Amino acid sequence: MKLIARLALFVCLLAASCVAAAPTPVPLNPAEELQHVEGEVGRYGGHLVIGQRSEPKTLNPVTATDAVSREVIGRLMADLITINRASQQSEPGLAKSWTTSADGRTFTLKLRKGMRFSDAHPFDADDVIFSFTVYLDEAVNSPQRDLLIIDGKPLTVTKLDQYTVRFTLPHSYAAAERIFDGLAMLPKHILEKPYREGRFAQTWTLNTPPAEVVGLGPFRVKEYLAGQRIVLERNPYYWKADHDNHRLPYLDELVFLFVGSEDAQVMRFEAGETDMVSRLSSENFALLTKERTRTGSQLVDLGPSLEYNFLVFNLNDLATKKLNIISGKQTWFRDLKFRQAVSAAIDRDSIVRLVYGARGTALWGNVGPGNKLWVNQAIPHPQRSLDASRQLLKSAGFSWNNASQLLDPSGKAVEFSIITSSSNTQRMKMATLVQDDLAHLGMQVHVVPLDFRAMLDRVFQSFDYEAAIMGLGGGDPDPNPEMNVWLSSGSTHLWHLEETQPASDWEREIDQLMQQQMITLNYEKRKRLYNRVQQLIAENLPFVFLATPNVLAGAKAQVGNFHPAVLDHYTLWNADQLYLRTETRGMERAGIR
Amino acid sequence: MRTKTLILLSTLAALHLIVIFAGFIAPYDPGLQNRELPYAPPNRLHFVDASGFHLRPFVYASMLVFDAYQEDRTHEYPVHLFVRGDNYTALGIFRSNVHLFRVDEPAHIFLFGADGFGRDEFSRLLYGGQISLAAGVLATLLSLTAGTIIGTVSGYYGKWVDESLMGSAELFLSLPWLYFLIAVRAFLPLHVSPAGTFLLLICVIGLIGWARPARLVRGVVLSARARNYVSAARGFGASDLYLLQRHIFPETFGVLLTQAALLVPQYVAAEATLSFFGLGVSEPVPSWGNMLSTLQQYNVLVSYSWLLAPAGALVVTSVIYWLLADALHSRLKSHSI
Repeated sequence: MKLIARLALFVCLLAASCVAAAPTPVPLNPAEELQHVEGEVGRYGGHLVIGQRSEPKTLNPVTATDAVSREVIGRLMADLITINRASQQSEPGLAKSWTTSADGRTFTLKLRKGMRFSDAHPFDADDVIFSFTVYLDEAVNSPQRDLLIIDGKPLTVTKLDQYTVRFTLPHSYAAAERIFDGLAMLPKHILEKPYREGRFAQTWTLNTPPAEVVGLGPFRVKEYLAGQRIVLERNPYYWKADHDNHRLPYLDELVFLFVGSEDAQVMRFEAGETDMVSRLSSENFALLTKERTRTGSQLVDLGPSLEYNFLVFNLNDLATKKLNIISGKQTWFRDLKFRQAVSAAIDRDSIVRLVYGARGTALWGNVGPGNKLWVNQAIPHPQRSLDASRQLLKSAGFSWNNASQLLDPSGKAVEFSIITSSSNTQRMKMATLVQDDLAHLGMQVHVVPLDFRAMLDRVFQSFDYEAAIMGLGGGDPDPNPEMNVWLSSGSTHLWHLEETQPASDWEREIDQLMQQQMITLNYEKRKRLYNRVQQLIAENLPFVFLATPNVLAGAKAQVGNFHPAVLDHYTLWNADQLYLRTETRGMERAGIR
Repeated sequence: MRTKTLILLSTLAALHLIVIFAGFIAPYDPGLQNRELPYAPPNRLHFVDASGFHLRPFVYASMLVFDAYQEDRTHEYPVHLFVRGDNYTALGIFRSNVHLFRVDEPAHIFLFGADGFGRDEFSRLLYGGQISLAAGVLATLLSLTAGTIIGTVSGYYGKWVDESLMGSAELFLSLPWLYFLIAVRAFLPLHVSPAGTFLLLICVIGLIGWARPARLVRGVVLSARARNYVSAARGFGASDLYLLQRHIFPETFGVLLTQAALLVPQYVAAEATLSFFGLGVSEPVPSWGNMLSTLQQYNVLVSYSWLLAPAGALVVTSVIYWLLADALHSRLKSHSI
């Protein structure tokens, strides 16, 4: 009886899966200016399952701010010029070519002809103009808007003909074509009406009917089940093909399961329910490596990431805040020799070994070895030396009492707290190691794990902290996105926010250098300017840099064209080229179908 | 019955003594990091080598070969008793540097392995027990004291006093404490020393816990108050204080003792829960809860089983206390009949 019931269910499910088959790619049309991509020629079919830590919050590419939403949206949308995640260079996207004027201020982009949105509606310059109108609209409040405002002035867009647009920048801007990366082109025919009616922010939520979410990406939305999964299906009109003239993408479906946490992602992958994992911690990577023989998965260690983890002291101006205890301690934190002593006492090699299981790299500056184009190789990497630390502290007037506690020049014991996010076990471990290292100098350090939001609130709003361990970076290797960290007026100038003018000479020099590199078009010249910035940062230690993790990712053996990159999105950036060597059974095992 | 209680009591006393004299029994300082030995597995005690059997056990040094630990068999390190090592204090009075057992450097004796910083899990377990058990016992005292006072007043005076006190007890029982505490942590000052956090922890656990014993005591007081001899004493002009002291409070004694034996393990577990969520004593001071919190990570849970030792200690402690509560309960019952 049971067997019959099972058989019946199986037949039903089979029928259901036939009905819900993914759309077949539309045959190539000679009028289309397709992009032909390099890489292994794959086979059509199958679904790729990915575990996500949480649910996306929106499908709106203009207002999305969280990484999870962007992970999904990135597969639905396309941009004019894109940064190739493998080569880290910009390359044509929806714009088949572009020319730059001699002064670097004007960009003329030629769009591909014959392109169609995922609902078959043609794409042309009007959509580009509409998209930029939306991105630049202050009322929409897009996080990408900042990128398009240069020196307080927005760039302007004009339509030259149906397939040509011209962008004019307020002044020359280095590597300006990189700002187009990640700016999704929107369908004017769908979104113009809600935009005019002022409802733009409410469009394209997770509950929008899938047919209304229209993009130029390799996939389109098929279904969303709250709390469980979102399924994307092939966009049959996608504008890329392989060199055998097969229209991409190869996959029928891309399924994002909402699993809850990194550990859950790893467990699902281990159990064979998902096909890919990225942003693995070194411990989980080691765990999967042990099981590699059983699971036969491809695990890749891509080397150092662009993220930098650091210890930052609170150097904010606390005059208006009632934080007397902290401002009393700022005398130490402001003393360069104190920061140098802290930096010299930290055992970075241990951090790399114990926190990252040797899958990481120690850092002495904001640019790590993962950023090959921009790293300043001349930054010294001094070995840990407690003697050097003690010398520095002595010369700054610090002394030790009989209990070998460190005393400041006024005789007060040096004691401070380090806050860090309690959900980030790696930074918690770093904090414990730093605590122990500094105890050798006689500093009494308390580690205070806080909820991530509570920590951000203290660092950005109330300034009610003494020191913090945090991480930044990871997006683009180019120096321009780092502007908001290093400019004294920047919104992520963590150690001293809300500066009206540079607080020190070196900050003033960094301001000048960063402004200058932004308008310098020659790479060699920019590199020299940015080298000097890195040198100033390493010498003045506004951040005490600790370490960077390696980018670790994994996929099942049958996933073809699996080429993870150091840049976001690590594994899905070439989702259009991913294919399955044999039909996956992941979905059945996940109990989905 | 009597022997069973005695056995349980002496086991408990032994357990607490071991924890109190952690400094002597533990071979290492609980905060001492051996950064070259993260997650080192427990050392095996050997008795036999190539030259035959030895009465004095010995260990081999652990060494990391690629990513797995192996014993370095080239040199034996016998276990020495009563050796000098790190300084410690017990009960805040005795200072010493004599440890029960140790091996010579560079080898280490990790009976229960090491954690992610290469800290001796056995030493941390003993020191962590100081925090966890002390928190349990002190919080029990606190909540029983508060509970007894409130319960007695409530049961003895009755009427609106009773109603308002028991009403607030119910309110206390219905609050979602864990979420409340997690929210409170964000507003606490950053500078709370481990000792301060410890006291805070005891206060929090103890103050939350007063409601249940208060209700129990109230019930006993209520029934005691109606006894004939109490009415008689009152008739002879005894004051409230005399009645409470002489006739009513002794009635609650048995209930309180049983409650205490039940509450201690419950509060030890409460400390573990709070520390597990990062609300208890912070690094590097160990407690059973914050030691267990590393097991929140999946890879640690599946790879390093020896880090479950504090969970074992929690189970053993709880079981002994519960058996004691059981024994006390049945003894009291047989007395009252």
